[in-house]
Amino acid sequence: MITGVRSRGAQRRSALFAYANLVPFVFFALFPFYFMLITSFKSNAELYNLKSIPFLVESPVVEHYGLLFFRTEFLTWMKNSLVISVTATSISLVISILAGYSLARLRYRGVGSFGLAVFITYLVPPTLLFLPLSQVVVSLGISDSIWALIVTYPTFLVPFCTWLLMGYFRTVPREVEECALVDGASRMQTLWRIVLPMAVPGIVCAALFSFTLTWNEFTYALTFISQTANKTAVVGVTADLIRGDIYYWGSLMAGAVLASVPIVVIYVWFLDYYVSGLTAGAVKG
Amino acid sequence: MAVGPRVLEVAGAPHAGHLRRLREWVEQEHVFGYGLILPAILLLVCLVAYPFGMAIWFSLSDYWVGSPGPFVGLANYRDILGNEVFRQTVWNSFVFTAIAVALKTVLGVWLALLLARNLKFKRLLRGAVLLPWVIPTALSTLGWWWMFDSLYSVVNWTAIRLGIMSAPGPNWLGQASYAMAAVIAVNVWRGLPFFAITVLAGLVAIPREYYEAAEVDGASAWLRFRHVTLPLLRPVIAVVTLFSTIFTFSDFNIVQVLTRGGPVNSTHLFATLAYQVGLFGGNLGQGAAISLFLFPMLAAVVFVQLRYIRRE
Repeated sequence: MITGVRSRGAQRRSALFAYANLVPFVFFALFPFYFMLITSFKSNAELYNLKSIPFLVESPVVEHYGLLFFRTEFLTWMKNSLVISVTATSISLVISILAGYSLARLRYRGVGSFGLAVFITYLVPPTLLFLPLSQVVVSLGISDSIWALIVTYPTFLVPFCTWLLMGYFRTVPREVEECALVDGASRMQTLWRIVLPMAVPGIVCAALFSFTLTWNEFTYALTFISQTANKTAVVGVTADLIRGDIYYWGSLMAGAVLASVPIVVIYVWFLDYYVSGLTAGAVKG
Repeated sequence: MAVGPRVLEVAGAPHAGHLRRLREWVEQEHVFGYGLILPAILLLVCLVAYPFGMAIWFSLSDYWVGSPGPFVGLANYRDILGNEVFRQTVWNSFVFTAIAVALKTVLGVWLALLLARNLKFKRLLRGAVLLPWVIPTALSTLGWWWMFDSLYSVVNWTAIRLGIMSAPGPNWLGQASYAMAAVIAVNVWRGLPFFAITVLAGLVAIPREYYEAAEVDGASAWLRFRHVTLPLLRPVIAVVTLFSTIFTFSDFNIVQVLTRGGPVNSTHLFATLAYQVGLFGGNLGQGAAISLFLFPMLAAVVFVQLRYIRRE
């Protein structure tokens, strides 16, 4: 890291040391995924054979994926997850962009307390409120439907996105905004035409995180929905492939793999946004 | 209400004067500001503050799913505190949180230090290490469940072949302390990336000159870490640890999928017990009281955070 002071040999040794120490971490992080993937391709005979080597697949089969597609409502769950994630993310983004701009840029009485309120709700864990929310959902007449989740997910998405976006809005220079206002643009036009285009990375980041958080959400999705046809992918796979005492291990793993695919694809594509969003969310807090 | 007719007039007949006045009114900084924040505040009042009030009301009444009951004062709390399972849950929650957060902090700082080097495949390494945090936890926990299976556990298989364990090996999810170890392991696995990546961001922000100065002074790697890196990282580590404390303390997914609180309640946390009592058992009053025990921890963390931020 520090060139010029240390010799080349010392540098190489220190790099080797770092690689050697990273191996266990990378193995720890990735092994479960590898194991899920290969398990999903093993035949039942191989899966439940104590003599076979668990790390390898002798003869790959796709029967577990077949069961998933033809004997469960997996595709419906995936569709539900997609609809819920896209809708909840869009609603939350609109609300958060407005709130984030207001808190980051405008001066009015109470702005500090509003900011505080958003920060505190950002820290409220979903498990604190899932019981009363389950009753709120019943009284709104949307229990056991995907609307129960579309309505409740913004409760944790909006505080998170608002907090994230406030940081990005603050990086837009005030002078640019003031110029637009002086030139006769309305405040809404300034926000829409000047500030938003400059905060695009932040908005992409907020959208990615919201999508991931909703797709992965488990507590509310498990609590508010019991009808098989309305479940999300995560809950459907977790709950519907265990029937009584029978565990469909192969299909459980197949479902876990497939239901993770959309997130993995987005993640690989937008890795740098994830890294920056993760750090911005916490470090600025 | 006095605004009502004026607004209608504006909507009905676009009178230039009224329109301009409305526009001027909206253009005021405070009006615009309140207008933009309104949807968010409405949402938080209706779906966070109101349910929180409901939780308190539930916890003070004999409320069952489908049948709202009478006010019973602190009876639910008294029942809970006298209950063996609940006391076990309190103990579990503290053990789980303390060990998991400590492991995540130490391993996270260590991993961040390794990742901060100028290595080849830097991006790939970071991407790989962050993956457990991105994949749906409930689904990856299914994988761990299979890895901890009583008969086909790959952990035991490997450890036996390597000679670390003797023949059948522990029944991970069937014995109290092993189950707790398993639940903690999965939590550390899933939470470590958050620590590592955040601390890494803090590390990268430390000016390189500090290290050069320390090196010129002849400070060893350990001394540089102890006297340069650690003091400068302390704010980041503090924030991450606080965050993680709340979310580890209130964890639901991992325990619900892996053990459902078993064996014999040895891994129940507040959230899973609240789920079991409140929804599975239908006793919303007691369930709400149990989940409200998460609140003091939340309040403490918020308090420390705010004091800390104010000092910044």
